[in-house]
Amino acid sequence: MNTVTLTVKNTPELFLECENVNPDAFAGKKAADIAKLGAFQGKEITTLGDYFTIAGEAGATAADTKIVINGDCTKMKYIGAKMNAGEVIVNSTCDMYTGSWMSGGKLLVKGNVHSFCGLAMKGGEFTIEGNAGNYLGAAYRGDWRGMSGGVLRVKGNAGSDVGTFMIGGEMIIEGDVDIHLGTHMEGGRIIVKGNANRRVGGQVVKGEIYIFGKINVMMPGYKQVGEVSLDVDGTKAKFAEYIGDIGERHPKRKGETVYGKLYMKQ
Amino acid sequence: MPKDVTDVICPFCGTLCDDLIVTVSDDNKTILGVKNACAIGAEKFNHQRLPGRVQRPRMRQADGSYKEITYDEAIDWTANLLVKSRKTLMYGWASTSCQAMSIGHEIAEKVGGIVDNCATVCHGSSLIAIEDVGVPSCTLGEVKNRADRVIFWGCNPAHAHPRHMSRYSIFPRGFFTVKGHKGRKIYCVDCRYTDTAKCADEFIQVQQGYDYELLNAFRTAVRGEALPDFVGGVPKEKIQAMADDLKSARFGIIFFGMGLTHTMGRNHNIDIAINLTRDMNDHTKFAIMAMRGHWNVTGSGQVLGWQYGFPYAVDLSRRDQARHQTGETTSVDLLNRNEVEACFYIATDPGAHFPVDAMISSSRKPTVTVDPHINCTTEISDIHIPVAMVGVEVGGCAYRMDNVPIETRKVVDPPEGMLTDEELLTKINTRVDELLAKGGA
Repeated sequence: MNTVTLTVKNTPELFLECENVNPDAFAGKKAADIAKLGAFQGKEITTLGDYFTIAGEAGATAADTKIVINGDCTKMKYIGAKMNAGEVIVNSTCDMYTGSWMSGGKLLVKGNVHSFCGLAMKGGEFTIEGNAGNYLGAAYRGDWRGMSGGVLRVKGNAGSDVGTFMIGGEMIIEGDVDIHLGTHMEGGRIIVKGNANRRVGGQVVKGEIYIFGKINVMMPGYKQVGEVSLDVDGTKAKFAEYIGDIGERHPKRKGETVYGKLYMKQ
Repeated sequence: MPKDVTDVICPFCGTLCDDLIVTVSDDNKTILGVKNACAIGAEKFNHQRLPGRVQRPRMRQADGSYKEITYDEAIDWTANLLVKSRKTLMYGWASTSCQAMSIGHEIAEKVGGIVDNCATVCHGSSLIAIEDVGVPSCTLGEVKNRADRVIFWGCNPAHAHPRHMSRYSIFPRGFFTVKGHKGRKIYCVDCRYTDTAKCADEFIQVQQGYDYELLNAFRTAVRGEALPDFVGGVPKEKIQAMADDLKSARFGIIFFGMGLTHTMGRNHNIDIAINLTRDMNDHTKFAIMAMRGHWNVTGSGQVLGWQYGFPYAVDLSRRDQARHQTGETTSVDLLNRNEVEACFYIATDPGAHFPVDAMISSSRKPTVTVDPHINCTTEISDIHIPVAMVGVEVGGCAYRMDNVPIETRKVVDPPEGMLTDEELLTKINTRVDELLAKGGA
């Protein structure tokens, strides 16, 4: 696997749209060609070379390409967005849409990410070592298909509206989450190892939510149905099992109504 | 001899009352009186004749004062600003006509601006919910003629839309609602006992920030499932009784306002209210409507909607595509994050409504304000361009809160030599074309 190292040399005044910073756009290119790829600041069209020092060359395919980004990326959007394969490591905090619509490969952010990251993610591994903002792994505005595959792991906390319209895949948040977790979920699983604020699993049709800590206010549409022993992301424990959201429509399978599941660690 | 102009459309709130009578002096220059309007609507007409109105563009000087300049100078300065700026916020549009908006959008496309309207600090969250789950709605005429259960949730039309209750929602006698108020059951759900609550048959006091939970409880109750003893401070018996009563309606309507759109959860509150409306349609006919406030803000959503597919916060900076993301391309976020280089405000007063931090950020950028009045925003602008008042001094199309377009009427002449929004924007558009043809500013 070939490594391309990008080092930030100019911080954008406004925010920079870096949708070309991903292994698919870099594949088969030398440093000089990568420097010519577009970067956008409002209506001004610039190149990656204007903002980054680029070293190394990419592999023949995206899968053979690894990108390491050093320097301050706080004002950079769309890093690793739509990536299909390969690897991206960002040694900084990033702005919005990081890892959104990714369908494969590995993306590691060694800092925080802003909102709308991992939007409608289809596959691959996305790890955030810091905190994540709002709408993590959610759907784009007006879409009913949020995260549908892959693994999204946040080592810190996440904001509100996490996993809205999620339909598949796995999301692990090792810290706390704010309001509206998994709203409108129709599949997949969300594991929160810290506390969840309020409105957990509102309007959930299908899917599983695991909360290791506390929920400040329980939704009225959830009903406890029993207790189960489970092994969740390496933790074996007893969980109280709830079904819901009872106020929402639910499909039937083999004559049985399918509900969303909420598990609270005992 | 003064004359009466009848069937005048009120240019103040989203109710767009269409039965005003305005008395005008025989030289067609002064408004002498307004009948049928509410106090706020009448004031909008009375403003027209107030002394001290700004009649020519003004430019900020180094000492902070304003100096009068010509329209041509103002147009040239504005066009240069728009062409130079890499990202411009073009906010407002709610008090102008749809025709003016479409010219403004043409400029925005050419200069890569971000077009946003007052929904961004108002019913934007309702629009997000509608994007997510759709909306079963109706017209205000249907409410007047059919509704026998009316719910006001988190809104206070007694103050915000003063004639809404008498024209459409509580008191009028309609085709199937011949008993008027007596034939309707009015519910008010709010965390405060408002003046609208005083007109209601039943007031449900919800704990602040528990609307989502309460709406979820209503949906659960409508499905006949068990509830906890209290939800948001409301006992389960009351929720169940109201759910049963709503099911027995012939036609129900939910009106909602800022109490849902700007409390915890925002769009989710509307989303679940829309879903409750959908559930109710399994039992009877039910509709839901946003109490849109700022006159033609609905029109701005309509025009943006048919031109770009999004009703507000439309980012045209990439030219080849329209993008929309609440939290990113919305005015307050753009200003707070310093994502724009210049501001162009038209027909709205963000200075009076935006958070202080956003306006501090705005005050540090070159700013143009197009507005008939002196307002909070003109105080932090580099240029103030006065224009004729739409709906008073010039006509144009406006949309009512139920998305019905109404052609507004000109009542009096604007002051001598004053441009209308349409004329001004057309001139700016032409100047932008000239500058772009020359290869930029």
